[in-house]
Amino acid sequence: MKAITDIKDNQNNKASKASGKRKLNDLFWGYLLILPTVLGLAVFYIAAFFQNLYYSFTNLGAFGKYKWIGMENYINVFSDPKVPQALINTVKFTVISVPISIIISLFIATLLNSKIKGLSLYRTLYFLPAVTMPAAIAMMWKWLYNGQYGLLNQLLAKVGIEGQAWIADPKFAMGALIIVGIWSSLGMKIIYFLAGLQGIPKAYYEAATIDGAGPIRQFFSITLPSLTPTIFFVMITSLIGALQMFDLIFLMISKTSLAVDSTMSIVYLFYKYAFEFQEKGYASAISIVLFMIILVITAIQLRLQKKWVNY
Amino acid sequence: MKEISSNKKRMQINKIIIHLLLILGAIITIIPFVWMILTSFKTLGESTIIPPTIFPKQMQWENYKEAMRTLPYGKFYFNTIVYTMLTTIGQIVFCSMAGYAFARINFKGKNFIFVLILSVLMVPGQIFLIPQFMIMKKLGLLNSITALVLPGLFSAYGTFLMRQFYMGIPKELEEAARLDGCNHFTIFWKIMTPLVKPGIAALAITACLYCWNSLMWPLIVNTSIDKMTLSAGLSTLSGQHGTNFPVAMAGTVLAVWPMIVLFAIFQKHFVEGMASTGSKG
Repeated sequence: MKAITDIKDNQNNKASKASGKRKLNDLFWGYLLILPTVLGLAVFYIAAFFQNLYYSFTNLGAFGKYKWIGMENYINVFSDPKVPQALINTVKFTVISVPISIIISLFIATLLNSKIKGLSLYRTLYFLPAVTMPAAIAMMWKWLYNGQYGLLNQLLAKVGIEGQAWIADPKFAMGALIIVGIWSSLGMKIIYFLAGLQGIPKAYYEAATIDGAGPIRQFFSITLPSLTPTIFFVMITSLIGALQMFDLIFLMISKTSLAVDSTMSIVYLFYKYAFEFQEKGYASAISIVLFMIILVITAIQLRLQKKWVNY
Repeated sequence: MKEISSNKKRMQINKIIIHLLLILGAIITIIPFVWMILTSFKTLGESTIIPPTIFPKQMQWENYKEAMRTLPYGKFYFNTIVYTMLTTIGQIVFCSMAGYAFARINFKGKNFIFVLILSVLMVPGQIFLIPQFMIMKKLGLLNSITALVLPGLFSAYGTFLMRQFYMGIPKELEEAARLDGCNHFTIFWKIMTPLVKPGIAALAITACLYCWNSLMWPLIVNTSIDKMTLSAGLSTLSGQHGTNFPVAMAGTVLAVWPMIVLFAIFQKHFVEGMASTGSKG
């Protein structure tokens, strides 16, 4: 509002300089255009962040009434045996699935980048899981993994391997989830890598061929170093994504399964406390701990990138 | 001469190996889809035969009718489509407005506000959930489309993405328009926005995909069955019909086909859109 009156004042004052007028005009339009986004983000995200931080020091429960209880939730987070278990599970999922999916998708993207026919067909097929909702992916894989009638066990039986109740058995459930996690995340990574690969100048490869470097040498001397910014981007986003994994476990592991403890992730634990057990204050504290972990990991990554990312 | 032809041969062999590897990968990728579709047409009995049949002996369309009877798919479609469309349109309008302002207008406080917005990107989404839920509860909006849509209308990521696209437009264009007497709104709306169509497409695709597939927020705010989205609705199915897999698979097919058809049609845009969010982001 101030900006509008300023502009009017400005218009009345004919002696004012054009640049001053332009500045006010910029101020007016600038704030007007960012207003909805800034307001929305301020209420639903920035204020929400601080609200969540505040809740983490309260005993907010099912009925919306709460009082300040200080550090109690945080003390509980570090003494609750479920938290380290969920942390271990989440870390296990992350450190296994992220590198494997990066290596596989980089390999496929490199293959797709060679001059071959049918590129768009391959792209479509590989990208299919990326456009499919996790709820559906979970249903498909539950059926494939089914201990009695699942396709996987039937195929394994053909080669003489005894099938398992993959997602019901605590021994195998995490591995089974990791496979689905990798399978469903490949498409996106392939697309990122393919875009990165296509940005590498062809002349590099031509020069290398003249120098007599074979495809494998070319991959390690040209492709990999040129691709480090993309690898860094994919690594950061998939690390953060994997640390927040929820959908697949929530959908694939039934609540009464023996495998619940060995697959429970930190976000699932947060969801359980917040919306099933109705201990929202405590759940807020869990989410803050997760935030801290992600912050530290991202900071380390940003620090380490100077050592290996070539811009 | 001999060397060239042997070289050519080697290249051809290389290409065949590449194709074989890619085909193998593609088969592994689509087996779950194929098996889902095939199972959705089998009888319960046929789905549990050992060894399994590949193609259904007789197409059981009945499974689809049964799936529609057990869950209100019509309502799920309606809720999901409205949620997806409103969020996508809202994000396109608000993010391009803000993106343009951050990219092309100089005003006091801009950098500070922009850093604040970027900081939202660093925070895992779960942090916002409880307060957002409490706001909806206080406003009496639980179990409504409004609750579903409201927080998602505003996107730090989308604002950042659009800003990157608006920054890429040459300055000369803006100056020429200014000489013609255009104000910021005309420059934004008539001149620049048509030029950032690839950015808008990328944003639309990410917003669409995100809404159609998102689970936790719909699961939390809309718990009554007729206000659920497809994703949340499907998650109730896995508990209910754990045993009748053909019906469950039919339900899954019902939930995924629209996005897959859309993807098949706009394949090129999807892929390029995602690729551009990767390189610009």
